Amino acid sequence: MSAGTPVGEHAREIVTRALASAASAGANAADAVMVESDSLEARVRGDEVDFVSQAREHTLGIRALVGGEGGFRSAITSTSDLSSPAVERMAREAVALANATACDPAAGILEEGFATDDPDLELFDPIDLEVEVDDQLRDAFAAEHAARQTDPRITNSEGSQVGAGHSRIAYGNSAGFFGCYETGSHSLFSEPLAVMDDSKQRDYWMTVARRRSELEAPASVGRRAAERALRRLGAKPIATCEAPIIFDSITAPSLLGHIAACVNGYAVYRETSYLAERQGEIIASELITIIDDGRLPGRLGSKPFDGEGQPTRRNVVVERGRLESFLLDGYSARKLGTQSTGNATRGAGSLPTAAPTNLWLEPGDATLDEIIADTGRGLLVTELIGMGFNPVTGDYSRGAAGLWIEGGEIAFPVEEITIAGNLNDMLASIDAVGSDLTWQSRIASPSLRVANMTIAGA
Amino acid sequence: MTEPTGQRDPDPLSFFQDRFDLDDKRLATALDTALEREVDYADLFFEYATHDSVALEESIVKSGSRHIEQGVGVRAQAGERQGYAHSDDITVESVQLAAKTARAISQRSGRGGSVALAKTGASARDLYAVETPPTEVPVERKVDLLGEIDSYARSLDSRVKQVMASAISQHRQVLVVGSDGTLSADVQPLVRLNVQVVACDPRSGAREIGYQGMGGRFEFDRLCLVDEWKPLVDEAVRIAIVNLDSVPCPAGTMNVVLGPGWPGILLHEAIGHGLEGDFNRKQTSAFSDKLGQRVAADGVTVVDDGTLPGRRGSLNVDDEGTPTRRTVLIEDGILVGYLQDRLNARLMGMQPTGNGRRESYAHIPMPRMTNTFMLAGEDDPAEILASIDDGLYAVSFGGGQVDITSGKFVFSASEAYRIEGGRIGAPVKGATLIGNGPDVLTRVSRIGNDLELDRGVGTCGKDGQSVPVGVGLPTLRIDGVTVGGTAG
Repeated sequence: MSAGTPVGEHAREIVTRALASAASAGANAADAVMVESDSLEARVRGDEVDFVSQAREHTLGIRALVGGEGGFRSAITSTSDLSSPAVERMAREAVALANATACDPAAGILEEGFATDDPDLELFDPIDLEVEVDDQLRDAFAAEHAARQTDPRITNSEGSQVGAGHSRIAYGNSAGFFGCYETGSHSLFSEPLAVMDDSKQRDYWMTVARRRSELEAPASVGRRAAERALRRLGAKPIATCEAPIIFDSITAPSLLGHIAACVNGYAVYRETSYLAERQGEIIASELITIIDDGRLPGRLGSKPFDGEGQPTRRNVVVERGRLESFLLDGYSARKLGTQSTGNATRGAGSLPTAAPTNLWLEPGDATLDEIIADTGRGLLVTELIGMGFNPVTGDYSRGAAGLWIEGGEIAFPVEEITIAGNLNDMLASIDAVGSDLTWQSRIASPSLRVANMTIAGA
Repeated sequence: MTEPTGQRDPDPLSFFQDRFDLDDKRLATALDTALEREVDYADLFFEYATHDSVALEESIVKSGSRHIEQGVGVRAQAGERQGYAHSDDITVESVQLAAKTARAISQRSGRGGSVALAKTGASARDLYAVETPPTEVPVERKVDLLGEIDSYARSLDSRVKQVMASAISQHRQVLVVGSDGTLSADVQPLVRLNVQVVACDPRSGAREIGYQGMGGRFEFDRLCLVDEWKPLVDEAVRIAIVNLDSVPCPAGTMNVVLGPGWPGILLHEAIGHGLEGDFNRKQTSAFSDKLGQRVAADGVTVVDDGTLPGRRGSLNVDDEGTPTRRTVLIEDGILVGYLQDRLNARLMGMQPTGNGRRESYAHIPMPRMTNTFMLAGEDDPAEILASIDDGLYAVSFGGGQVDITSGKFVFSASEAYRIEGGRIGAPVKGATLIGNGPDVLTRVSRIGNDLELDRGVGTCGKDGQSVPVGVGLPTLRIDGVTVGGTAG
């Protein structure tokens, strides 16, 4: 926590002023978040620049808690105006708003257990601040040109986009904690179109990292995007049937996202998750182990402390199929009579809530090709669309596109179908886990095979 | 709470001028800075928005929030290129700096010269004048409303286990200043009420959610009327209870009847996105080059209309200062129009349609929908249902998504029933509909006489930007739709 640097001192000054303003306005406890960021986004398409967008922003969020009978009333205000009068006004408004809400016995800031260490999580490389717009555009053009040169059928694109961001995040509370850290965020995304006869298909590939040097090479991003679009040419629906479904390492993380939603402390105490009463029980095949760890060096979900100042840590969520831990912040932990797991997340303008940090499924030994060969007949899903998951019941039904497998080999591309089942049954019947863990966001998975699902098609 | 309560600001232009000390001369100077390079167009977008929300669960309002969002975005266009810079600091200096950043899109020096701003500021019409900005309504009234909703929901059925309700208010003031002299300001109120209940069947242990919401650009007090919020709660509870008895949805191709109103999300996903100007200029849409061709059955007319008073998707002017209008997209089955912002209209040699929208000052405008709906036909809705022997009746939907290029879209029903022998049968769970945008409306065989617009809850996402939208539909029969369920 770089609290001793000039950047840290500036943030500490503003956060301290916010906390003092809240106290003098009548808050019995308070916390404050300040986020400052610089960002650049640029997209190229063909040989032309499409857009270049640059921004500098800062936001301060103040949460005021006012003690009442058996609990706290609370409210949050936020502003981008960091002048002293504005901060004082927002603190007063937070207290006034809090006074209009009800006392909640579970509300409050955490009083202890704060992060005291300063791990080097490799979240930021100072050299990345020196990168010029022209360098960024060169990378985007390299991806765009590589995509277009992959095959004559790549005749168009939605473009290739590069992003770079630098943020400073500070958090302090009236229990005496203050911390701040810097993060970088770099990405390159390419989305080409393949055209053949009447078939027009798009797909994408992307690379995302905390440090620019960790990004996949631009030409590789463009080529992989083009290959994914090309293999969809001529896609068609298949007849309604039941079959094994392989989720590739791009679509499988969405299943982890559904699990994350169902083990989130808020869904658990509200009983809006089908997993709410399953802790300690077998909820998935024994091939499934899921870890959440906020301290993986260089990963997108890593941070030294969470949105309430608690140290981030490694949590085993599912071990060999058994549900071990929910993901909790202070509030949901109190509601469930237990302790925070260091999973609080907090934007400047929102209440803390629980969320995964870096959540991944432990890879197995088989390559995707080996899983395909082992499948005989089935579907490899490469894209999912729609929002057809109900966390209360586990019911699952989403639009899909992918590749049909016949005789252990890719036979032809498929689209305009849905796959459906219930997540509980799907997780229990996972019978293959690949070795190809792929990090494109804070949630990552290798390829997975679900033994049987219903496909609706033509 | 810092603004004077009461009357609408008479002139949003003077709001920005007074608050941030920006007079016409200073605005024109900033544009002149952008025009020192060879650019086709440059504009400034100022925004000052207040958002507040209160949320209830476990029968108490646990928390409230209030945010002030302010900033300026500066844009320069040269050919297909756009340079954009934005700052949450509204000062003459930051606007100048942003103008220099934005113009870097063009390397060549421009004609220079001085921008002359039009004299008119506020829009000629006001589709959503309110007496009290919704963010100035006392928070106690919002808290009381949520409390009444909670008690009422729990009184309706003992199987209601959880009630979550929230009231969201927004007051957005915008000012657009363009290098063609455009000077356009608007005040945009927006309110929304959400009610979600969890019902539990004590015998089976089954648990289901029911959701309903309403909103639009109108007085917050309208949400407090019993005649407005009670039917909403009735619906949320009814849907949760209905779904407790739902059976697995069939899988396969069947004839489908969509209920009126919110199922208009079909048009938004299957048709609307594919007709946005950017995708058609780039030729990446499944609808590219289909102008003048048949894309729907006889009798199908689809419009996008940003001029409906008080609707969630309506705007006096879009976020580029262009007045909104009613744009016919499909007329009697034939594709006749696209949705345009300034850039894509210019590049395609068409007229802007008032569909240039952005989430905030921190975002570049894009062609976006406003309120998108199908005009009513002549069929009696009951007869449409009776015309199907074996099919699906989908009444409400959660959300949808489309692949613009392949045209494939999907949307998920939150309330749907089997149709058996022309009558509504058992409720089904988790029905997902999938289809092909350029094809699905050619399968429309009956159009009801009961056009309804949705209750005002739609939010559309595109390229990471969210904007409020509306949809509408009459009861509609579509033949041969793929339904994704688990039952045979």
